[in-house]
Amino acid sequence: MSARHTGPVAATTPTFIGMPKFPALAREALGNTQQRRNLAFATQTIRGKRAAVVGEVGDWEALRLNGAAVKDEVLAHLDDYLIQLEDKLTAAGTTVHWARDAAEANRIVVELVRGKGVDEVVKVKSMATQEIELNEALEEAGIAAWETDLAELIVQLGNDRPSHILVPAIHRGRAEIRDIFRTRMAAAGRPAPETMTDEPAQLAEAARLHLREKFLRAKVGISGANFAIADTGTLVVLESEGNGRMCLTLPETLISVVGIEKVLPTWEDLGTFLQLLPRSSTGERMNPYTSIWTGPADGDGPQETHVVLVDNGRTHVLADPVGRQALRCIRCSACLNVCPVYERAGGHAYGSVYPGPIGAVLTPQLRGIDNPIDASLPYASSLCGACFEVCPVRIDIPRLLVNLRTQVVDAHRGRPSAEGLAMKSAAWMFAEPGRWASMQKGITASSKLLRGKRTLQHLPWPGSVWTDARNAPVPPRETFRQWWQRTHGESR
Amino acid sequence: MTTAREEVLARIRAAGAARPVEVPPAPEPSPQPAPETVDLFAENVADYRAVVERLAESAVPQRISSALGQYGVTSVVVPDGLPSGWLTDAALRVLADERLTAYDLDAIDAVVTQAAVGIAETGTIVLDHTAGQGRRALSLVPDVHLCVIRADQVVGDVPAAVRQLRPAVETGRPLTWISGPSATSDIELNRVEGVHGPRHLHVLIVGDEA
Amino acid sequence: MTRVALFATCFNDAMWPGTPIATVTLLERLGVEVDFPAAQTCCGQMFTNTGYADEAIPRVRSFVEVFGGYDAVVAPSGSCTGSVREQYADLARRSGDAGLSRAVAEVAPKVYELSEYLVDVLGVTDVGASFPHRVTYHPTCHSLRMLHVGDRPLRLLREVRGIDLVELPAATECCGFGGTFAMKNADVSVAMGSDKVRHIRDTGAEIVVAGDNSCLAHIGGLLGRQRAGVRTMHLAEVLASTAEASA
Repeated sequence: MSARHTGPVAATTPTFIGMPKFPALAREALGNTQQRRNLAFATQTIRGKRAAVVGEVGDWEALRLNGAAVKDEVLAHLDDYLIQLEDKLTAAGTTVHWARDAAEANRIVVELVRGKGVDEVVKVKSMATQEIELNEALEEAGIAAWETDLAELIVQLGNDRPSHILVPAIHRGRAEIRDIFRTRMAAAGRPAPETMTDEPAQLAEAARLHLREKFLRAKVGISGANFAIADTGTLVVLESEGNGRMCLTLPETLISVVGIEKVLPTWEDLGTFLQLLPRSSTGERMNPYTSIWTGPADGDGPQETHVVLVDNGRTHVLADPVGRQALRCIRCSACLNVCPVYERAGGHAYGSVYPGPIGAVLTPQLRGIDNPIDASLPYASSLCGACFEVCPVRIDIPRLLVNLRTQVVDAHRGRPSAEGLAMKSAAWMFAEPGRWASMQKGITASSKLLRGKRTLQHLPWPGSVWTDARNAPVPPRETFRQWWQRTHGESR
Repeated sequence: MTTAREEVLARIRAAGAARPVEVPPAPEPSPQPAPETVDLFAENVADYRAVVERLAESAVPQRISSALGQYGVTSVVVPDGLPSGWLTDAALRVLADERLTAYDLDAIDAVVTQAAVGIAETGTIVLDHTAGQGRRALSLVPDVHLCVIRADQVVGDVPAAVRQLRPAVETGRPLTWISGPSATSDIELNRVEGVHGPRHLHVLIVGDEA
Repeated sequence: MTRVALFATCFNDAMWPGTPIATVTLLERLGVEVDFPAAQTCCGQMFTNTGYADEAIPRVRSFVEVFGGYDAVVAPSGSCTGSVREQYADLARRSGDAGLSRAVAEVAPKVYELSEYLVDVLGVTDVGASFPHRVTYHPTCHSLRMLHVGDRPLRLLREVRGIDLVELPAATECCGFGGTFAMKNADVSVAMGSDKVRHIRDTGAEIVVAGDNSCLAHIGGLLGRQRAGVRTMHLAEVLASTAEASA
């Protein structure tokens, strides 16, 4: 370790702290056949859509290279860009706040909302506010936070946790959603229509009616931002349903919670990112609505705008020269959609608001690797590389996973473990070709003992982990090295 | 006591990330639009299940009237600066935007606006909310959005639109990018048009009857 | 005279000798004189990918010493080749030994996965093989997405006489092996493998072929447990084969 001072990690919140490791959570998820069907169908559909619209772009790779480098440039000079952003936001009439961690960000938002004398806010879907658990903080302060994205509404009404960055209720089927709406909507406002079926159009209509009264009376809106432009002081939010426009336009006060890595240097950089994000995310040429604002506009929308810039572990990520590229992430979720592990384990198994491959590299860097769930995440991958292939900002997720695995092992060195012992013995054996050749004599001897068996069905632990579901190969009677010696004689 | 601002900036500087980064150029924006650019725009807007029509300037008032009739519209709000004479249908209740509340807008069926830029490659309409386009709530709360865009406002791709919009952003104008009607895919990734924004987007492209 | 070394890989050497034997047979048939430096052991991938970088670094050092003098190194494994080409640089950097980094930069680009060596260096796709069986091909992740071997293995297989090559549905999806992933996340690994095996069985192939015996051990283990009657074979073994159709 270098002597570099790293920013502190974010706290693993009570929601996730007692969680078992990924393998146990995944095993449970694998048993949920309805969820597996929902996930397999949804991820395969969106993979196809993404591939089609990415294929339309003449030079996708050039866009990716540009996007990755623009983000690297931001990370390399993040202090300068944040100061520039702050200046421009302030000049445009926005009040800028800084927060070291989730608790501080939540305190700022709660005080702002209290200052307006209201007991409710409308919210646009935002990963940053989920990460800091703002809704819980608002609730504690007696303020109702209404999630307005359809999937977030499903999750909130169902007292559930999101399982996907873009489609948080991806694990729910239409019948489950109908039941949630029927039983829970009334307690939160306008009840679901008596005649509502489980047709997606009818469910969407129920959400429209339920939320409209909340939009119309809202005094305070809360958002995140997909991008914050340093040279103009502009914030950008992409969405589909129009709930974002409602929250960003109708209230008198708008509070935007923005991770410090969301900065883009110039307005023109949007030209790249507004191509990369929608095509990677929803698999559309463009998402239905993008709202762009530069402070309050005269007679149009909120006349009071705030931005809360949040660290919450991001500077800790920044201090890792390999791992910092995770901060390029634009939360598109393409990596989730192609990940064979995510498709089967589902989002909840990742024990954080960031599931899938990006979560497996981001969460342990934001929160550290002290908790069992966080330390197990870097291993929640077969390193197949499908995530890196689709990432619009070229985050080399497999490389980052391996980097994090090394950190997990290094942190546990000196503590005895079966795995550590096995690795040490293997390292000792491979260190001398003579030892390896002797080992092979043992292998062929065991083969002779097995006398003609062609496959092994039951091995003792830890081999049983393999043979519970898979046959194991029987060692050969002659290894390659022995064959070479016999047929090609002494080599150099 | 150090402020959060000072501390976050100090953490960033301590992280040792500063280094020169060579940023390869983004692919060049497409050159100025050709006739086929407008064709592509029309095709891509329609692909979002918006209704697209192309017509001559002189036909606009008549077509607005028939289009609004299609949706059973009885009331329509018009932004300041929309060409007078576009809404001539006596059967329509036409309201100017005179301090209408969100509740008022919720009771109005439709809005007619102009646009700032169209993007062919993505079928996107950009409003910069200047004259003829109205403040943002106008094109959001009513259920039908009829948008009139001139063919010469259509650019080829996203980077070209972004470049053109810098002056609007620098003067503090908000922008709304619209690609089709409001939609969601949150239920089993099944696309449903029409959630909170206008459920009907009707686009009239003026000035180049193809 | 170019000097070509075989990097058998430890797993093949000890458990699947048929693959390096086939590689030698094939290369010799194509007129390549192959050397097997006996000092080779393991590339260290198992250590690297499990997080044991300190244990992997001596493997890097040994690899560049053993293979440094050759013009080309051929390995019948996508993932071991990938480990050398794509991961050694990070390990050398961690070691802090600039000399090791230089040695890696020199040696790593000369290490070829078998299909790369045949197609790119020898310039052949017809290797004179004959294999009258119904075969499907699974592209392993590291050969596909780390090495970008593309359709090279398929071009080689298409030229094999008598072969009935059938396309594998969802071919590019991971089989779920993933090294120690197969043990640490055995449930997900098996779930992924079960889908792979279902696709393989759907093709009606007698044999599933791939460029990595590690993935094939996982796939074959599942096929065996299901008594599917589908065999696994390494690409090298098919390409080395000169079996004629039985009458």
